[in-house]
Amino acid sequence: MMENTKPSLLEVQNLVTYYYTDEGVVKAVDGVDFKVYPGEIIGLVGESGCGKSVTSLSIMGLIESPGKIVNGKINFLERNLLELGESEMQNVRGAQISMIFQQPQSSLNPVFTIGSQIEEVFQIHGKISKNEAADKAIELLKLVGIPDAVKKTHAYPHEMSGGQAQRVMIAMALALSPKLLIADEPTTALDVTIQAQILNLLADLRRKFNTSVILITHDLGVIAEMADRVAIMYAGKIIEQSDVQSLFDHPKHPYTRGLIASVPVMGEIKESLDTIPGNVPNLIDLPIGCRFSTRCNAREEYQLEICNKQEPELQRNQKSGHEVRCWLYQDGEGHTAPFKL
Amino acid sequence: MIAEVITKRNIIEVKNLVKYYPVLGGVLKRVVAHVRAVDGVSFNINQGETLGLVGESGCGKSTVAHTMIRLLKKTSGTVEFDGKDIFSIKSDELKQMRQNMQIVFQDPYASLDPRLPIGDSIAEGLKIHHLGTKQQQFEQVLAIMKKVGLEDYHAVRYPHEFSGGQRQRIGIARALVLNPKFLVLDEPVSALDVSVQAQVLNLLKQLQQEMGLTYLFVAHNLGVVEHISDRVAVMYLGKIVEITSREQLFLKPMHPYTQALMSAIPVANPKLKKERLILPGDVPSPLNPPSGCRFHPRCPIAREDCKQVEPELRDILPGHQAACHYA
Repeated sequence: MMENTKPSLLEVQNLVTYYYTDEGVVKAVDGVDFKVYPGEIIGLVGESGCGKSVTSLSIMGLIESPGKIVNGKINFLERNLLELGESEMQNVRGAQISMIFQQPQSSLNPVFTIGSQIEEVFQIHGKISKNEAADKAIELLKLVGIPDAVKKTHAYPHEMSGGQAQRVMIAMALALSPKLLIADEPTTALDVTIQAQILNLLADLRRKFNTSVILITHDLGVIAEMADRVAIMYAGKIIEQSDVQSLFDHPKHPYTRGLIASVPVMGEIKESLDTIPGNVPNLIDLPIGCRFSTRCNAREEYQLEICNKQEPELQRNQKSGHEVRCWLYQDGEGHTAPFKL
Repeated sequence: MIAEVITKRNIIEVKNLVKYYPVLGGVLKRVVAHVRAVDGVSFNINQGETLGLVGESGCGKSTVAHTMIRLLKKTSGTVEFDGKDIFSIKSDELKQMRQNMQIVFQDPYASLDPRLPIGDSIAEGLKIHHLGTKQQQFEQVLAIMKKVGLEDYHAVRYPHEFSGGQRQRIGIARALVLNPKFLVLDEPVSALDVSVQAQVLNLLKQLQQEMGLTYLFVAHNLGVVEHISDRVAVMYLGKIVEITSREQLFLKPMHPYTQALMSAIPVANPKLKKERLILPGDVPSPLNPPSGCRFHPRCPIAREDCKQVEPELRDILPGHQAACHYA
């Protein structure tokens, strides 16, 4: 993929979000930079606790105490969202940036009908009359492939299956034609045959409305099928970023490689799986130097001294745009990188 | 081939297992309907092998797993373990048998007592079965902890001090401390992160070889099931729709449901943006399963007779059974 010269829709710069708990400061997001271009799907990948969900909540302005956005800029349509007041932010949220979550059933209010919850979106943003809103709700339910849409507007969330509830969430999220949709593990709670339906729906809607999507997931298969670009996160930082083809063809960071190798792939039988030793580090007490250094096998293989002393920067190959944060590709004090990026 | 037949001894034989849950209704709380969670399931497991049991949520795979070790009462059918019907034996003998059949649960966060140090938690089985002196029990606990990759000093720690992957190791240690022959693994890695999931899968394979264990591995992730299983059974709405060797199943799935299930899985290779076979609709309720073949409302190749006649599980190829009229 060529380097993107279009102006970006969203630009996250040096985002730092910490949680101030009794046990210490949890560095959930610790200096994250990425861009989202119009109409693209960018995948945000990582294991639990890597900061992918906190990044998205920061964009939405939904960080609650003891969490705090300590630093950074979130530029969206030439405004820094972090400088907006709550009422201005409310106009952005839902209308220009909307979000769907992992558990569709618990994101819907159990005591209101599906129809009234979709209509509410229009009413909050003060656009149209009640009747028009009701018509729009039916139209949206048809758009997301709910059979019997007219009848379903009178249904309550408990009467819907998980897949249908997620379709309703998508309908609500798209109600005001947002520029950006954040989908946080949208299919993790669903069965695979239903997941396939929802992923198809998301891809169709993206084509139809040119909505940009930040797709947050831990499933590399979902990323490979859906995303145009990918950012891999580890312990609060992006450690690798590139277009999807380049990431799967030439993963560069030892963590990315380990992640790809540790997933059992259908059709490839191996005696034993490659593993990444150890566990994700505690975000209160991070390793000194590279955050992955305590689990990294490349560090031993190339006998790198610098890894547990100094943190590497995100290096960028200007031609391909592939970015990686690893001493294997970066020179440092008394350290020569064994590879060129 | 002959040698193979002789060494392949049946350890588990499940015949026509049925498990219905009553649905109570009305003021008198009468039984008004039944959830047909498991509706006539038969299979066997050979000693030392792993049978994978796959299916989507609500297909009855966990109910099969729990019923076949008598954690749930059956509605009908038989389960023979080492030639004995586990539902007809009395309490003493059952207790004896329980030593040989253990289970590891899905959620390592919910299946450990938060107030019990994990050493005590692992020793519980030994205490219940009065196996050995206190000292012997203690030594056995340490030995099994070492085997699953835990350190001695972990024994005095509490569950909240462990990560998900380590908790699952504790769950495995609890099950293995009694030196069982057969282990039910009920979605043992689905709550874990992928990098940790691989560690636990490798551990399970290694333990199986070292201790000669037989596994029933219940999961919804076909990649994981393919990795660990020797044979695989696919369930849909309370029935087995296909059962065969791992190689055969993944090379040549015969049942349209199995084919759709495999096609639905996103592959971690962006070049393979394949045409997916997408099933319409949701899994029907087991309260009122469709007539005839239960899969017919979603099946891409269903014909008229599929709506009326329920297909039997039949041999399509040698050692490869599927329940479909047109497979």
